[in-house]
Amino acid sequence: MTTPDPQEAAGAAPVFYQAEDAVHPGSATLLGFWIYLMSDALIFATLFATFGVLRSSFAGGPTPHELFDLGLVAVNTTILLVSALTCGLAMISLHAGKLGAVRLWLTVTALLGMAFVGIELGEFREMIAEGATPQRSGYLSGFFTLVGTHGLHVTFGVIWIAVMLVQLGQRGLHPDNRRRLLCLSMFWHFLDVIWIGVFTFVYLLGVV
Amino acid sequence: MSSSPAVRDHAPAEVHDAHEAGSFTLRGYLTGFAVAAVLTAAAFWVVMSGAIASPALAGAVVVALAIVQILVQTYAFLHVNARVQGGWTLLAYVFTAVMLVISIAGSLWIMQHLNTNMMPGMMIDPASQGP
Repeated sequence: MTTPDPQEAAGAAPVFYQAEDAVHPGSATLLGFWIYLMSDALIFATLFATFGVLRSSFAGGPTPHELFDLGLVAVNTTILLVSALTCGLAMISLHAGKLGAVRLWLTVTALLGMAFVGIELGEFREMIAEGATPQRSGYLSGFFTLVGTHGLHVTFGVIWIAVMLVQLGQRGLHPDNRRRLLCLSMFWHFLDVIWIGVFTFVYLLGVV
Repeated sequence: MSSSPAVRDHAPAEVHDAHEAGSFTLRGYLTGFAVAAVLTAAAFWVVMSGAIASPALAGAVVVALAIVQILVQTYAFLHVNARVQGGWTLLAYVFTAVMLVISIAGSLWIMQHLNTNMMPGMMIDPASQGP
């Protein structure tokens, strides 16, 4: 009489896990998106490595001391950090089910993102006007590739927020929109983490 | 909008459970923001004020502040811990960190040795080359 019991116990366990998988449709997407972000981090790792190798290949061109205005970088860093907080406030509003607050904080986040990209493009334009173009030296090639790739990510983050605002207008806090917003918030916070590396290794260590 | 309340009734619990309900608190975000702001301000202050005379030491301090801030933001904003997704998020993060350190430190190490081991005649002063 003891032999059927383990079989029953063994048979019951898979049923439990299958049921749990069916209840959590968003889980696999969030983990998958996280793994995408980690692969994106490896792209940035190669760009950081390239920049690091070329960090003193000035070819007689301008050096970080001549190029960078740390005050402007501090302003841009603050903007991106505040946008991380407003993105977090949007996620708190999402969990509270407050659609209006989600849209408000997402809009603020997008505006801060646009300000960040705008200031960065202004910095690039000024550098290029002074002759510090990507073609000028290996150092500048590495600089524009690394910082530009980050700026491009932020730009696409702003586009994503705009798309989500449209989708929230159409369907509200639908489960699909919730899942997309959780991925969006991961993307945005990830960009802020990458920026820590950029302002430290490119700007601060360049000038120190 | 009119059809969403029916779906909404069970939907929050789904995504909630999937992504650690406890980590989305105002207190958590504000604490993370405050710590990140202090670490950022400290890093900029060290370089802009020139408080630490030795560039090597100042650089080391700035890098240490950056590493701490990356960990703080990963925990406070990205909610990475051993419980989320049964630990797979944390495992992927640690794996990525290892790959990141190998690729960056390895590249710098190899290229540094390549430069120092070049034959003297091949070390042309970059300034004299021009674009």
